[in-house]
Amino acid sequence: MTILKVDDIGIAFGGVKAIDGVSFSVDAGQIFSIIGPNGAGKTTLFNVISGIYEANRGRVELSGENVTSFTPDALATRGLSRTFQNLQIFQRMTAVENVMVGRHLRERCNLFADLFRLPSVIRQNRNTRDAALNFLGEVGLRGSADMLAGSLSYGACKRLEIARALAAEPNVLLLDEPAAGCNSVETEEIDRLIWRVAEKGIAVVLVEHDMKLVMKISHRILVLERGRLLIEGSPREVRDNPAVLEAYLGKHGARQPARA
Amino acid sequence: MLARLSQRYGVLIALAAIIALLPLVFPSTYYYRVASLVWVSAFAAIGLNILMGKAGQVSLGHAGFFGIGAYAAAIGPAHLGLPSLAALVVGAGFSALLAYLVGRPILRLRGHYLAIATLGFGALVALVITTESHWTGGPDGMPVAKLSLFGWRAGGSGTWYWIAGGLLLGGAWIAFNLDETPTGRAFRALHDSEIAARVTGIDVNRFKLQAFVIAAVYASLAGSALAMMNGFVNPDQAGFLHSIELVTMVVLGGLGSVVGSIVGAAVLIMLPQFLTVFQEYENLLLGFIIIVSMIFMREGIVPTARRLISRGRA
Repeated sequence: MTILKVDDIGIAFGGVKAIDGVSFSVDAGQIFSIIGPNGAGKTTLFNVISGIYEANRGRVELSGENVTSFTPDALATRGLSRTFQNLQIFQRMTAVENVMVGRHLRERCNLFADLFRLPSVIRQNRNTRDAALNFLGEVGLRGSADMLAGSLSYGACKRLEIARALAAEPNVLLLDEPAAGCNSVETEEIDRLIWRVAEKGIAVVLVEHDMKLVMKISHRILVLERGRLLIEGSPREVRDNPAVLEAYLGKHGARQPARA
Repeated sequence: MLARLSQRYGVLIALAAIIALLPLVFPSTYYYRVASLVWVSAFAAIGLNILMGKAGQVSLGHAGFFGIGAYAAAIGPAHLGLPSLAALVVGAGFSALLAYLVGRPILRLRGHYLAIATLGFGALVALVITTESHWTGGPDGMPVAKLSLFGWRAGGSGTWYWIAGGLLLGGAWIAFNLDETPTGRAFRALHDSEIAARVTGIDVNRFKLQAFVIAAVYASLAGSALAMMNGFVNPDQAGFLHSIELVTMVVLGGLGSVVGSIVGAAVLIMLPQFLTVFQEYENLLLGFIIIVSMIFMREGIVPTARRLISRGRA
């Protein structure tokens, strides 16, 4: 079942076409990776899908609903969640509070009830905290629940962002370089985590530079080059495609029988 | 969480104890007045700190709301025949409405632009108060009716000490309440990363507006209380200098810290009283002390002290 459908998206910055006519769709439970050289437009594509940029043309559909040009918070209410390449955690809040914010849409939020901290608010807060602790557990951060997020290691922050995104119980999860800056053990953990997420039926869209990870876990891979779709296919199809090597290594490199 | 919960009630109990016991060491009734002034200013600062320290939005025109509250307490009984308490409520309601209407467009601005827009708002309120002299008495100000409840009249500084103290406790209680609620978390989240807050589904414009309205109501109530306490209002209370004074209390005491706002208010109200012995150098010294404390306690007095204490323990 198709959850996310991206159709002929185009966006230009001052005449430079950052994304030019890209289309793809992702099914529930699928791990869909977007790869490409630096500057190919991967993060830009994420920013368009998650409503941070407004596309010049094209259409985005979530579960069949046209959500083109929706704001990020409107997209969140429709089940889209994401992480960021450059960390965007809430530094001055604890780890568990970060994840509790992720549950914002699952909470009743009434200003007057909150100002007077009515019993219903206290009860809800307890439930939200319990749920958040479970999500922290899923990414292996339960032990750091009450630490200030700003004091966590880089790898832990990456996983904290994933926990926060998961806490919203999304249909679609966009992960922007979740393994960047992580060591091999941490990458292994993220690998397993992404699998578990997909098994729940969440459509995972991944931007990642770690080719080993991408080839191992993806169901489908899309290769972007200078804002255009170069090829979309299974990991094997992508690996064996000479145009992909050329995009990464240049014409010269492609002539030699290199292994990706 | 339990530790923080008890810490919060600990602070409230300590504050109540300080308010209750302080009069025992007052050498004269004059001190009741100074302390009441601290409580009322601290109340306004706590509200502004919700906007600045929690939600991370600046307002350089907050005395505008303070002035509206003050003049509501003056104009209500004098021109409209309203009882004082009703005038206070009407003033707060009017401030909330105005904050909502003004905040909607200007809270979309960020940083310096928001600062200038709020500054403009404050200037506008002060201007209206000064020019509408048939209502407000113009630059000379106007007298304010004493607060009366069911025939009982709140008179001397002793009575006002307790009213202001109670007001402060209530204000601190609400500010603490917010911390562990969806609203409070949304404020802090959009402060740390607006973009991340938005993708988690937080309507940042709505929450910025809520923080602005809350801060406006705090300022308005403080203004009404001060007006009734003084029995007099003048346009300075809505002026730019007073706005800056409120911001200084918040920043000096510590952004995001309720106790910090009280300490900041205490320093800014009491220091000039001590410095009067230096006569014409008073303001110079006050400025110098503020500069030095901001250099050495950049996070503000209370967060710095807290950090030093926890470091000492470790």
